[in-house]
Amino acid sequence: MSMSESASTPATSGPASQEGFSPTQQERDELRRHGILLTSLEELYNWGRSNSVWPLNFGLACCAIEMIAASMARFDIARFGSEVFRPSPRQADLLIVSGTVTKKMAPQVIRLWNQMPEPKYCIAMGACAISGGPFKQGYNVLKGIDRYLPVDIYIPGCPPRPEALLHGLMQLQAQIRGQKLTGPDRPRHLRADTGCAYPVPEFGAHDLEPPANPEVWQAPSLPRSG
Amino acid sequence: MTSPAAPSSFPSGLPSSPGAHVRAVHDDFHGDLLEVSMGPHHPSTHGVFRMIVTLDGERIVRLKPVFGYLHRNHEKLGEQTTYLASMPYTDRLDYLNSMTNNWAYAIAVEKLAGQAVPERAEYVRVILAELTRLLNHTCLAGFLLQDTGCSGTPLMYAFREREKILDLFESLSGSRMMCNFQRFGGCRLDPTPEWLAAVRQLVDGYGRFLDEFEALISGNEIVMARTQGTGVLTPALAISAGVTGPMLRATGVDYDLRKVDGYGVYPRFEFRVPLGAHGDTYDRYMIRILEMRESIQILRQALRDLPAGPILDPKAKNRGFRPKPGEAYGRIEGPKGEIGFYLISDGSPNPFRYRVRPPSFVNLTILEDMCLGQTVADAVIILGSIDIVLGEVDR
Amino acid sequence: MESLEQIRERLLARFPDAALTVIANPGPAGQPSLLVGSPHAASIAAFLRDDPALRLDYCSNVTGVDWPDREVVETIKRTVPPPPPAAPADPSAPPVTPKVIEEKVKRHIPGYFEVVYHLYSMALKHGPVILRTRTADRTDPASLPSLTPIWRACEFQEREVYDLFGIRFTGHPDLRRILMWDEFKDYPMRKDYVEPDDYEWEPTPHGAVLDKARRHYPAPPESR
Repeated sequence: MSMSESASTPATSGPASQEGFSPTQQERDELRRHGILLTSLEELYNWGRSNSVWPLNFGLACCAIEMIAASMARFDIARFGSEVFRPSPRQADLLIVSGTVTKKMAPQVIRLWNQMPEPKYCIAMGACAISGGPFKQGYNVLKGIDRYLPVDIYIPGCPPRPEALLHGLMQLQAQIRGQKLTGPDRPRHLRADTGCAYPVPEFGAHDLEPPANPEVWQAPSLPRSG
Repeated sequence: MTSPAAPSSFPSGLPSSPGAHVRAVHDDFHGDLLEVSMGPHHPSTHGVFRMIVTLDGERIVRLKPVFGYLHRNHEKLGEQTTYLASMPYTDRLDYLNSMTNNWAYAIAVEKLAGQAVPERAEYVRVILAELTRLLNHTCLAGFLLQDTGCSGTPLMYAFREREKILDLFESLSGSRMMCNFQRFGGCRLDPTPEWLAAVRQLVDGYGRFLDEFEALISGNEIVMARTQGTGVLTPALAISAGVTGPMLRATGVDYDLRKVDGYGVYPRFEFRVPLGAHGDTYDRYMIRILEMRESIQILRQALRDLPAGPILDPKAKNRGFRPKPGEAYGRIEGPKGEIGFYLISDGSPNPFRYRVRPPSFVNLTILEDMCLGQTVADAVIILGSIDIVLGEVDR
Repeated sequence: MESLEQIRERLLARFPDAALTVIANPGPAGQPSLLVGSPHAASIAAFLRDDPALRLDYCSNVTGVDWPDREVVETIKRTVPPPPPAAPADPSAPPVTPKVIEEKVKRHIPGYFEVVYHLYSMALKHGPVILRTRTADRTDPASLPSLTPIWRACEFQEREVYDLFGIRFTGHPDLRRILMWDEFKDYPMRKDYVEPDDYEWEPTPHGAVLDKARRHYPAPPESR
């Protein structure tokens, strides 16, 4: 997917495009068949990163059991290079928010995210992590982790099957492979103007303070007046 | 004993990890004590559980559990929804054992409304509950051994078997984990003969898996050295603290609700209640293995005697269900202990009070007593042997 | 096991000045409960635990119940005597029957907090005996005696009742919030708890959700 993209949009970036030489995907495949690997630095870099996404060994609720199941022999997340579940956030690339984020837990989740080095990615696994899910109306339930963190992939389900998690991981890999190293739309970790730390909310007397990070999340407006 | 020099305090502004927050506390009597916050992000705590442990060297002198990181307001939501709508929520209490949670809730509501259950449904409930017990105890053995340091392999074996049982649950109810299968007055669907044949096949093969698992683990010298004599619990303390389930029976107290209450059709089956002698971590592991063998016996008998008939009481009313005012406490022997539901009805479609009696939450009462004097590594396996699921502890 | 009435009789013989009421359960479950006055709750609990015929050594379930103020409309039938005849009685007139008037009377039942204990015996394998303790009203701080010194099982469950209902247990060794954070001020399981207003738009809004959203978010700009 990414290779065809970079081949079809050669004008924006990449060393190959600067030379004015942009082989099509077909030509690349033909060359590869003859033992010649034609690639760009961007492609190689993203290929390497996308196939070694190490998740944080961090489970919250029901979805965590399916996350463990995905790492076991039947579903075998190792096929996608993500079997190395790191206990320390300092060594992890991917935060899988697997389950309900309660208001009591939310500051810890954000701290873990802040401790992860860039480049880092966040998957909201399951209905609870996306929106609060069935527990949305609970007084202690955060209505979606995207109120505080930038989420890359949402995986619906309650809980999502391990296959769904694998599909989400593959979507994330495709996203990583499509990233540009230069240019205005380069990812967060290659920009100087963005930090990797997000404000951690405080425990208030009635709710978290603030209840959402305005830089990441804005309340949607009412779609109908009636 | 002196602890390694730890910084007295972090410079302010530095983000401190919740799992590795370490600070030295000074105590005139014991020299330097070290306070360690284990969790809520900790690979061995089975979810978002947190313990504040005070250490003298490597020995634990104080341990305070901190709950609530998965407090999802089950009870409040249960009071805001109808009786039937709470059934899917019970799946998510102890998310390894949705079938037994469903049954406990169904029993409480059936008591509240005086609802009868057809015989076939009672047998199907027993089959599902015992499959759930196999599932839970197998996973527990895997997780416990993961905690002792057998990284990966036992858990892989356990999850291999778990997938087999989950396939059965999925083909019956449509969902792997959140089965939402019981209804007030029976079950939602009737199992097909093919499904029952698949269960029979699984049950026939399960003994072999247990033999294999035990050959690898039960007599293993390292496992015995780690678990025997750690986390000893006395029967008197266990009873006073309301400990139930395999934890209680590992101390030698004969209290199994399947025998004591005789709910459902359990009095019709022949099975034994395994009892421990020492109340240590090894006994708690062994009790679960033995209970699985008894579950296989129960499953064989239930599959043999399963009668024909309706699966749901034709008079049962699940939608628009409004029980008369009153209250009821219903409980069953879940895989983790006594899971009960206490319901107060005021005649409206919603329960006035909806209370879950969570076994693993109450079993955690004596965590500190079991861990005192042990090492940090032991605290991890003692916690593992209690068999907690945070969805149920915090609700 | 003896019935709750018999237990009450024996308890009254042992604690003559204790307030003990059997609360009937109108439902089919048939689990009546025993309302115990606060001053004697701990000693009665210890008696129930140690009595050789009962030996209720296992306290299974502890929970709080919030009963808000209620208004009960009761229909009372009242017989009104016939008005005294103004004129001297006419013997030929039919006898005046007394009138029966049905009156609807509103009765205000003040609210209270209640803590329910489900007791079983592991030694004799019987139960349940259900104990209840009640506060006089719903004013803060509500306070009830703790039974943790009798049964360790109450320790965390009473802390939970304190956390969610705001009932202080006197004699509890470690009464802190257990599920919510320490800075939290509300008691969310009370019936009059108001949740923080962080509701968001739902794709299929219904009346209550729309009302909340309208309060919370600015109205969309008028288009067309």
